[in-house]
Amino acid sequence: SSLRSSSSLLSRGLLTASSAAAKPRHDVEGRAPPPLNQLSEHELALRDTVKRFSHDVIKPLVRSMDESSTFHDSVVKGVFANGFMGIEVPEKYQGPESSFFDAVLVIEELAKIDPSVSVFVDVQNTLVAPLIFQLGTEEQKQKYLPRICQDWVGAFCLSEAGSGSDAFALKTTAKKDGDDFVINGGKLWITNAGHASFFLVFANAEPEKGYRGITCFLVDRNAEGVSVGKKEDKLGIRASSTCPVNFDGVRVHKSAILGEYGKGYKYAIECLNSGRIGIGAQMIGLAQGCFDASVPYLQERKQFGSRLIDFQGMAFQVSEVGMEIEAARMLVYNAARMKEAGLSFVKEAAMAKLYSSIVASKATSKCVEWLGGVGFTKEFPVEKFYRDAKIGTIYEGTSNIQLNTIAKLIDAEYKNKA
Amino acid sequence: AEMRVLVGVKRVVDYAVKVRVKPDKTGVITEGVQHSMNPFDEIALEEAVKLKEKKAVTEVVAFSMGGPKCQEVLRTALAKGADKAIHIEIPDADASQLEPLHVARAMRKIIESDKFDAVFLGKQAIDDDANQTGSLLAGMMDWPQALYASKVEPDGKSLKVTREIDGGLDTIKVTLPAVLSADLRLNEPRYATLPNIMKAKKKPLEKKSAKDLGIDLAPQTKMVEVSEPPVRQAGGFVDDVPALIAKLKEKGFIKA
Repeated sequence: SSLRSSSSLLSRGLLTASSAAAKPRHDVEGRAPPPLNQLSEHELALRDTVKRFSHDVIKPLVRSMDESSTFHDSVVKGVFANGFMGIEVPEKYQGPESSFFDAVLVIEELAKIDPSVSVFVDVQNTLVAPLIFQLGTEEQKQKYLPRICQDWVGAFCLSEAGSGSDAFALKTTAKKDGDDFVINGGKLWITNAGHASFFLVFANAEPEKGYRGITCFLVDRNAEGVSVGKKEDKLGIRASSTCPVNFDGVRVHKSAILGEYGKGYKYAIECLNSGRIGIGAQMIGLAQGCFDASVPYLQERKQFGSRLIDFQGMAFQVSEVGMEIEAARMLVYNAARMKEAGLSFVKEAAMAKLYSSIVASKATSKCVEWLGGVGFTKEFPVEKFYRDAKIGTIYEGTSNIQLNTIAKLIDAEYKNKA
Repeated sequence: AEMRVLVGVKRVVDYAVKVRVKPDKTGVITEGVQHSMNPFDEIALEEAVKLKEKKAVTEVVAFSMGGPKCQEVLRTALAKGADKAIHIEIPDADASQLEPLHVARAMRKIIESDKFDAVFLGKQAIDDDANQTGSLLAGMMDWPQALYASKVEPDGKSLKVTREIDGGLDTIKVTLPAVLSADLRLNEPRYATLPNIMKAKKKPLEKKSAKDLGIDLAPQTKMVEVSEPPVRQAGGFVDDVPALIAKLKEKGFIKA
């Protein structure tokens, strides 16, 4: 079945990359290795900037952006102006040339105030920019990378009406015509499509070859035949635009191919691995932001003469949620550090995304309960976090897909041991 | 023509923190508490950087005096547009005894060795609300001072400064070199963007010890006690003005 072949493709990653056990760390003489959650001076300064920006610019607009399903201009301009877009883009292309972990920090911190803004920044940093700077020709890099840091939003077009989890059953075609390819098809559920200046489109150039025909094309929004459909009216992350994108006889030159012809499936899998860590970061930020908005209420509100948090039943629930958020954060941070250390992180990334999205759903649900009646109203921020959390178990690989991936990797791990 | 500005920045307890008094009443709790750059100093720095962008200033140097953690605010200053940073280090143990007079003395030493055309500072620090360093320095250097600035315009070898005073706005012209202190409405400070945080790592941060500079750090004042303000008592309602007057007389606030 295609599920089996999809998952065998995913587990292949394990056999080729080096595992954590094979690559020991180098310790500094006389110094204990630091804990995962101890950040460097630079990372603290960056987090502080994001915190201030979120608080000053985004926070006052969160509710209205959610209601209108739009981003305020100041927010979009602000994330670009502060260098949050294209975080890893090299200085050579006018980028900050910072680290993947920095991107994780930015995504997490933004989600504490607005998970919609967080995913806007996440897609650009974990899917769009990396594909271009890892696979792009010099010409493509010169065209897109500087603009990715300045004002162009990119969107990742993989899913379709007939293919979500079964991603490689996609039907969009790219028919060769001389030196060009003509793209026909429709993509669905495309995050950032409303704001996108360009798209990374996965289309099949040779359907007879199955997934081996899938090729990634760079398509500009103003290309003839490209149309962005009506925004979805969503339960959560409403300010983030999620739209259908249609390609009607869109003609692109072969130089629009990103990377190699027929290797699109490989690129999609590999970058979605990092994308998972990004979503993990969004989920832990979301959970933390909701928790931060709830605990002070429990300390202030009194019933039967005691603070709500002093009731053991309540306190125990708070402990559990606090612990789960901490555990989820460790999974996300460690997966990010593993990636930076050049270690294979496929299993850890899947675990991080799976767990943090589950924790976010539970934590936000509890927070609404703890706040009682007011938690159920829009006057308080928790109901929005509750709605926003749900997408975590769905996009960038459903929870079932993550479970499947992890199982295959564990199976392979133990097979190799025997 | 060269115009070099020295900007004083102080590391203080963050404005959003709920400050609590230490049990021994010798001060407020600073251990483990969020710190950041004094907000008025951020405004002073922003003004200097804006003038540099307008080409009226050629170099902005950030200055901070205190324990090792001062470097955090100096790095932030570099990320916000300062070209260089100077840290006058004193041992952590002496940091709580540091007074505006000592800071002014240190700034004078720096100005005497590297020529500066202006010193920008925040009007006061939000921890001690002293509002002294700028004036002390101006006195020591025999420089004019333009305090509580809400607008600054370069004017040849002078600065035209609009100041917020009790009666309204006062516009003065000071010949350089001069001391300027920033008030709230002077500008809105920029964020330290990620590209600038990255660039700041490569900018020079010079460290000098107060001892080596021969600065006298003997305290002039002694903190006797720090305590919380008295809990505000609830007021009372009266029915009319005669009742109010009777109450005020009864409580001894007006002569019977």
